[in-house]
Amino acid sequence: MGGREANVVLLDENGIRSDGRKVNETRKVTIKAGVLKNANGSAYIEFGGNKILAGVFGPRDVHPKHMSNPDTGILRVRYHMEPFSVGERKKPAPSRREIEISKVIKEALEPAVMLENFPRTAVDVFLEVLQADGGTRCAALDAASVALADAGIPMKDMVCACAAGKAADALILDVNNEEDQAGQADMPIGYMPNLGKITLLQLDGVLTPDEYKKCIELGLEGCKQVYEIQKNALREKYFSSSDNR
Amino acid sequence: MNQKQSVIPGDIIATGDYRPEQNVVLVGDKLISTAIGFSETSDDSVSVIPITGFYTPNADDLIIGKVISHNALSWEVDINSYYPGILLASDIFGKDYSPSRDDLSLKLTIGDIVLARVTGMGSRDPLITIAGENLGRLDSGELVKISSTTIPYLTDSIIQTIESSTNASITVGKNGLIVLKCDNSTGLTKAIKSIKMIDMIRDSDSMEEKIKNFLDEDN
Repeated sequence: MGGREANVVLLDENGIRSDGRKVNETRKVTIKAGVLKNANGSAYIEFGGNKILAGVFGPRDVHPKHMSNPDTGILRVRYHMEPFSVGERKKPAPSRREIEISKVIKEALEPAVMLENFPRTAVDVFLEVLQADGGTRCAALDAASVALADAGIPMKDMVCACAAGKAADALILDVNNEEDQAGQADMPIGYMPNLGKITLLQLDGVLTPDEYKKCIELGLEGCKQVYEIQKNALREKYFSSSDNR
Repeated sequence: MNQKQSVIPGDIIATGDYRPEQNVVLVGDKLISTAIGFSETSDDSVSVIPITGFYTPNADDLIIGKVISHNALSWEVDINSYYPGILLASDIFGKDYSPSRDDLSLKLTIGDIVLARVTGMGSRDPLITIAGENLGRLDSGELVKISSTTIPYLTDSIIQTIESSTNASITVGKNGLIVLKCDNSTGLTKAIKSIKMIDMIRDSDSMEEKIKNFLDEDN
């Protein structure tokens, strides 16, 4: 998909992927809520080799003032990759890709957050990619959603995300960096599991209409698995000692 | 019927003919939580008591704030919320207040801590007043900040327990700011620790007992 040739076997004859996973298996995901003292809400996610920190501030005054909306609060998202997050040093200035990902994550979260009761304020979400291993936009969206809930921002639903794709002519769940570079398609999906609504859908690559439908179904299965981990992260922070009250 | 369960945003608390109240939205026939907290289902309504989040000003709330700026007509007070509280100059100087004659900085200066009451929402920001019994500038004491969602757990009986054990006087603002006064530093430290402990425990069933045990430890 990335147009690069790689000397790696993406899928062996037993249907096992380059990192040892089955085609419908996600990487190991761990999420911890409330990791930053100075942010109103925060989360840390490890999604396979991805390591991402999310911090949420607000609702608070909007600066510059002209960005404020007298009818509702606004959501602002900054996705940023650290210079050391990839093999070759990444320039710290926001790249075209980072600006795009900030925008799609913001638009994926907006259907869930309810900022109508906070006119003239802003909720800022900062996402710092400490280590990247393919699928950072989905992992960042997962962390952002947990951090927003941790900050007490009213939300209709959590937003969970996972990618599906195609590599070695097979549909796969949770595309890793190698599969992203040498595979045939990558489809990140953001999903509100209780409302049953998709809030992020991108496709980089080529799929037949049949593969497209199957890919969405596969991606939603991954999203639901991530949602359980998001729930557990919040429950562990807030209810671990008081569930039996 | 009165059920209580722990919820996070998106959790479906009930379906059917219920009225959505605090921190609950109705989507189709589903009543969905919008906050982390404990849901309460009564015969005809569903609400969620949040355990995280920020202070939302409501009329008649007793709050503690810090003066952050002033203009010709009012002071702006940080009330630990997403909007600053507005304290009108006429509230102190009376209706014949004149910006050219009266100097606001003589009454309250930046950094002053005030005990105030929310009177309602102004055209933009919440209006507060310090006209009333026991309201006004707090000249001494230790300011402690806790989550505003902890305040409901600070019941009168718990405050009395801490006050009688430490000889401290405790003023609680509904916005999560608390001022403690005590003549001896040991009592003050113990009272502050008790408040912070409540902020961490937030368990209404065993709270009073745990605080009593803590206060009795060194006595």
